[in-house]
Amino acid sequence: MQMNKLPWMSLGALALALTAMAPASAQEKSVAVTAIVEHPALDSVRDGVQTALKAAGFEVGKNLKWQYQSAQGNTGTAAQIARKFIGDKPDAIVAIATPSAQAVVAATKSVPVVFSAVTDPVAAKLVPSWEASKGNVTGVSDLLALDKQIDLIKQVVPNAKRVGMVYNPGEANSVVVVKQLQELLPKQGMTLVEASAPRSVDVSSAARSLVGKVDVIYTNTDNNVVSAYEALVKVGQDAKLPLVASDTDSVKRGAIAALGINYRDLGEQTGRMVARILKGEKPGDIKPETSTKLELFVNPTAAEKQGVKLSDALIKSAAQVVQ
Amino acid sequence: MSLFSLLGALEIGLIFSLVALGVLISFRLLRFPDLTVDGSFPLGGAVCAVLIAGGYSPFVATLAATLAGAVAGLITGWLNVRLKIMDLLASILMMIALYSVNLRIMGGPNVPLINDPTVFNMLQPAGLDDYWWRPLLLLLIVMAAKLAMDWFFSTERGLAIRATGSNARMARAQGIHTGAMVLLGMAISNGLVGLAGALFAQTQGGSDISMGIGTIVIGLAAVIVGESILPSRRLVWATLAVILGAIVYRFFIALALNSDFIGLKAQDLNLVTAVLVTIALVIPQLRRKLAARGR
Repeated sequence: MQMNKLPWMSLGALALALTAMAPASAQEKSVAVTAIVEHPALDSVRDGVQTALKAAGFEVGKNLKWQYQSAQGNTGTAAQIARKFIGDKPDAIVAIATPSAQAVVAATKSVPVVFSAVTDPVAAKLVPSWEASKGNVTGVSDLLALDKQIDLIKQVVPNAKRVGMVYNPGEANSVVVVKQLQELLPKQGMTLVEASAPRSVDVSSAARSLVGKVDVIYTNTDNNVVSAYEALVKVGQDAKLPLVASDTDSVKRGAIAALGINYRDLGEQTGRMVARILKGEKPGDIKPETSTKLELFVNPTAAEKQGVKLSDALIKSAAQVVQ
Repeated sequence: MSLFSLLGALEIGLIFSLVALGVLISFRLLRFPDLTVDGSFPLGGAVCAVLIAGGYSPFVATLAATLAGAVAGLITGWLNVRLKIMDLLASILMMIALYSVNLRIMGGPNVPLINDPTVFNMLQPAGLDDYWWRPLLLLLIVMAAKLAMDWFFSTERGLAIRATGSNARMARAQGIHTGAMVLLGMAISNGLVGLAGALFAQTQGGSDISMGIGTIVIGLAAVIVGESILPSRRLVWATLAVILGAIVYRFFIALALNSDFIGLKAQDLNLVTAVLVTIALVIPQLRRKLAARGR
């Protein structure tokens, strides 16, 4: 019995080896996409990737094998998806958000990985620096270029000298932004005044502590602050203190303006990077990028309540004017 | 299903089998519905990742993570035994408290361990690929944990813990200090979970604040699947059963991940997993029914 099985088994192994060696038909490329969870922003990234790939000539069902898996919020599942994808040996893996990207990058040193919507890929150790990694990893970060944010602050409050910031010191992304602002603002003759809100309920008192000390309050995409943005708006209106945010949703909730990322564009930018890899470029030769396309939302009504008048030029340049 | 995917399922299944062993102690031996697990799993990961990133040896880090888990279990037990807080509530309190504690320990939501030393890459023999080595080493660790558990719970102290779980009143009448036994059992249980968290962080590229979500569900599912595959009242078999349960559960997820060919989509994953586990639970019943009819 054993003896009879052997030739068949070796035949099977041979067949396996052959399929493994045979180059996937020159036309057919495969891309595997994983995200840690379903979430409007992350889903937009995924759809953007597909759009950009189509624009680059890789169409699902024609010459592109596309698979998508969400870990549904479970890091154990994220790890398993990573293993499955690596076993499938696609031409590129797109990993959306930090935990999914870490699971994939930890599991392979050879399959090309393109991360997306990771705020700080260097701190997450996905890539050693913002230069081309020379390895198998590159991608697009959703880190906001802070010089553009400072420009916006100056446009909203032209004579602002002291910028207040409410943030959660326990949130890595926010700490990164604070450190960078501490370096950037003095170059423009401005200073940063911090107010920490370790919990959402602290946002109001943190904002109050800034009254009289600052000319404008800027906030990043800090989860605590965003979830309690109304508390900030209350203080802004009571004390006539203008608020500038970083996510466009907060403008609808009462911030004067925000220059934020459009996650669909972020996905398309990621998709263009994936297309370059499918066309033969090495991920290690491509520099990680940040979002190039930002959307400006303004809220003139909120501006009036917080004691500033927006210039017509600024309102005209906005992608959306919230009333 | 590729070899890589299979070995990945085995690897993660083995890690979660440590969680399942912990859950077996709390839910089955002590009859203590313990949700601390959702906090002590990421606690183990956090302690381990922070220590490794801080330059400590991965062995020291893993040991510290195990102890941290044990302390968490001890506190849950203490809340219940000394402060007389209902067991389920005590464990929920500990679980939510640990969320903040873990954020504090990590100084943020995520500590990566991608090119850092781990117990896996430090012990890795030359010429053996990591995707073979990780499940192999985990198998050794899990077997060691299983045997240690089998031995401990047959010693006088271990039997006292089991007696506390099955009939606390009787146990007290026999002179067993039941409060201390609850504390000890909870410490061992969550120590195992902390160890699992540490190993998870070392194999999956780091520790993340979200990694605890649903740990207890997976642990309980593993225990129940295991008990249905291998029903036995003997502890030696029960420990083996929950290990198998954890691995089988992961194989089901791997299978669900590969079910796209029948038109299922990513969002169906949890549903497919649930259906597969249901089938696994029903088959032994059907088998028993058929056997009964044959008689």
